[in-house]
Amino acid sequence: MLQIKNLHVSVQGKEIINGLNLEVKAGEIHAIMGPNGTGKSTLASVIAGNTNYEVTQGEITYNGKNLLELPIEDRAREGIFLGFQYPVEIPGVSMTNFMRTALDEIRQYRGQEPLSAGAFLKYMKEKKELVELQDKLNNRSVNEGFSGGEKKKNEIFQMAMLEPQLAILDETDSGLDIDALRIVAQGVNKLKSADNATIVITHYQRLLDYIIPDFVHVMYEGRIVKTGDKSLALELEEKGYDWIKEELKA
Amino acid sequence: MAQNEQDIIGEVTSSDYKYGFVSDIETETIAKGLSEEVVRIISAKKNEPEWLLDFRLKAYRKWVSMEAPDWAHLNIPPIDFQEIIYYAAPKKKAELTSLDEVDPELIETFNKLGINLEEQKILAGVAVDAVIDSVSVKTTFTDTLSKLGIIFMSFSEAVQHHPDLVKKYLGTVVPASDNYFAALNSAVFSDGSFCYIPKGVRSPVELSTYFRINAANTGQFERTLIVADEGAYVSYLEGCTAPQRDENQLHAAIVEIIAHRNGEVKYSTVQNWYPGNKDGLGGIFNFVTKRGMCEGDYSKISWTQVETGSAITWKYPSCVLKGDYSVGEFYSVAVTNNHQQADTGSKMVHLGKNTKSTIISKGISAGKSNNSYRGLVRINPKATNSRNFSQCDSLLLGDQCGAHTFPYIETSNASSIVEHEATTSKISDEQLFYCMQRGINTEKAIGLIVNGYAKEVLNQLPMEFAVEAQKLLSISLEGSVG
Ligand SMILES: Nc1ncnc2c1ncn2[C@@H]1O[C@H](COP(=O)(O)OP(=O)(O)OP(=O)(O)O)[C@@H](O)[C@H]1O
Ligand SMILES: [Mg+2]
Repeated sequence: MLQIKNLHVSVQGKEIINGLNLEVKAGEIHAIMGPNGTGKSTLASVIAGNTNYEVTQGEITYNGKNLLELPIEDRAREGIFLGFQYPVEIPGVSMTNFMRTALDEIRQYRGQEPLSAGAFLKYMKEKKELVELQDKLNNRSVNEGFSGGEKKKNEIFQMAMLEPQLAILDETDSGLDIDALRIVAQGVNKLKSADNATIVITHYQRLLDYIIPDFVHVMYEGRIVKTGDKSLALELEEKGYDWIKEELKA
Repeated sequence: MAQNEQDIIGEVTSSDYKYGFVSDIETETIAKGLSEEVVRIISAKKNEPEWLLDFRLKAYRKWVSMEAPDWAHLNIPPIDFQEIIYYAAPKKKAELTSLDEVDPELIETFNKLGINLEEQKILAGVAVDAVIDSVSVKTTFTDTLSKLGIIFMSFSEAVQHHPDLVKKYLGTVVPASDNYFAALNSAVFSDGSFCYIPKGVRSPVELSTYFRINAANTGQFERTLIVADEGAYVSYLEGCTAPQRDENQLHAAIVEIIAHRNGEVKYSTVQNWYPGNKDGLGGIFNFVTKRGMCEGDYSKISWTQVETGSAITWKYPSCVLKGDYSVGEFYSVAVTNNHQQADTGSKMVHLGKNTKSTIISKGISAGKSNNSYRGLVRINPKATNSRNFSQCDSLLLGDQCGAHTFPYIETSNASSIVEHEATTSKISDEQLFYCMQRGINTEKAIGLIVNGYAKEVLNQLPMEFAVEAQKLLSISLEGSVG
């Protein structure tokens, strides 16, 4: 589904990702871990198409298409979803209106009729229940005045609404209380199928108790330096990152 | 994203002004130019009483002695008043008594504008007065309203049928000598709407007027007079459009509102005059004086405006809060794009005790446009315990446009409170990226964000107007911003 080869990314002349390779197939869950500032969010932004980041080398293909040539909104319409580490507030725009617009756009791109108002509201209600999102949040402006945890839940709610093929969740677990973490993780699991894939970026192995990854990658200084299975996450939890840094030096 | 944004801003505006058509209606015009003679001709054509001719002539003489104001933050090219035609009217054989007699082209025009003069509108609960060029063409719903004693008709008709009322109120809120354009309007105004709500009556429907400039080289000088007697209430809507022409056209209107004790008038307008093309050619010069007089105690006047059109807008809907406990409100969204210029805001003059005013102004500038808020809050010595709250926000799209705020506050007593808040913001790259990551394209994203930003004001509009205004906001910014 997603192939990244020898990716190099710079921002303001500074190289942040240098020579990253990653392959994600349908049905898989990948976890990306790694110390702060090693380029995890940058990678997610580049896949989503954020033009602040300049791809200087390498390629990304998504379902056989050259992803780097697609505009941001078309990547979303092709099924790429980014759960933001820091969701932004959009004052005055209700969640309902926002989701309706997004869904209409995506459906139109795929040649589907827009949902009727009634069908849309029913659909939204279903998805809200899936992530146990409180009713009142939908009438509020996008993320405005949401607590940290509510913002994260809201990202998962949007993911449920848009049913992406490839979801990238950037530290969606940070700031969630224990119950919310379980709810969010269950939401992700319920949405999982043989046709879609998920990349979870996280600092805590705790999340991976709920969302069982097929692969765990360690990102360090702009590259994936180690890949393993779930046990790697446990090892990191126990030992930290120093031993990996040592390995690299050796 | 910054790079991308610049690219999009650089793109040429592709959106066309959708009301830019010209209707092929037989028009009667008089020769261009302005003189005492022209004023007399207009008055004669309208079969006006002597006192009204006098009113016009006094205004004309005043105007001749005045100079065009230059204090606004506007770059106004000189206007040659002798090149303008001051009277243009669709030709008609006799008084129109039914819709069948209206020129089919005219009906077509109104259909294109989305105004249905037929009885369906009545079902929708809107009474419509339509003014094309200078003359009121058709007022619907008059009969039903008249049962309640509500008078809603064209200004010319009101002069004929209710001369006493017109005489009593005309020029009492905006005297002819008020300013240059008010004097001009008072001399040559040709038509407009008149609305009177008698004591204790709440108008069951929204009254609405559509103004349309059609003929070339004509100015439109309409005059609206709204009176809510004691305990009366009315919600009044006004919409306006004009054909797309390369030369500038002048629109200098006056709106006067009077609210007596416990009376309330809610005035809403969506101004969509032709703004000129992307290079700044053509468009309407919109110089309008709108003022409301809260005459009685506990009266209330509320202005809501959505300004998307015109090449130049010069407009300050104001309230004089004379009655004790009277309330004045001003809610405004002004959008400028390309080379448009707007200098708009409000004046709240507190004369009575315990008076209260609110100003919410949302400016949105894009392209190479300039958008200024100019406001005055004056609290007189006797207006004790009065309050004003003003909030003036500016939203900038791109970095070639300008937003300016000129708030003037004059407080002459210690028991009153004036609060002023101002913000300037840009649509952030993060907000756009967030929307686009959800599959929404740049233009729709901007439309969403801008409408969200203006929500506080749009919420003040009656339902059907709000929907139209939301579309307009998105359309006016199409193609030019990112
Ligand atoms: N727009 C930007 N301008 C300048 N530097 C940036 C920008 N975006 C990211 N960086 C830098 O790139 C590096 C990688 O940042 P990134 O956000 O991808 O890290 P991360 O792995 O997600 O970290 P964390 O675990 O703290 O979320 C950091 O040093 C960061 O300061
Ligand atoms: Mg990060």
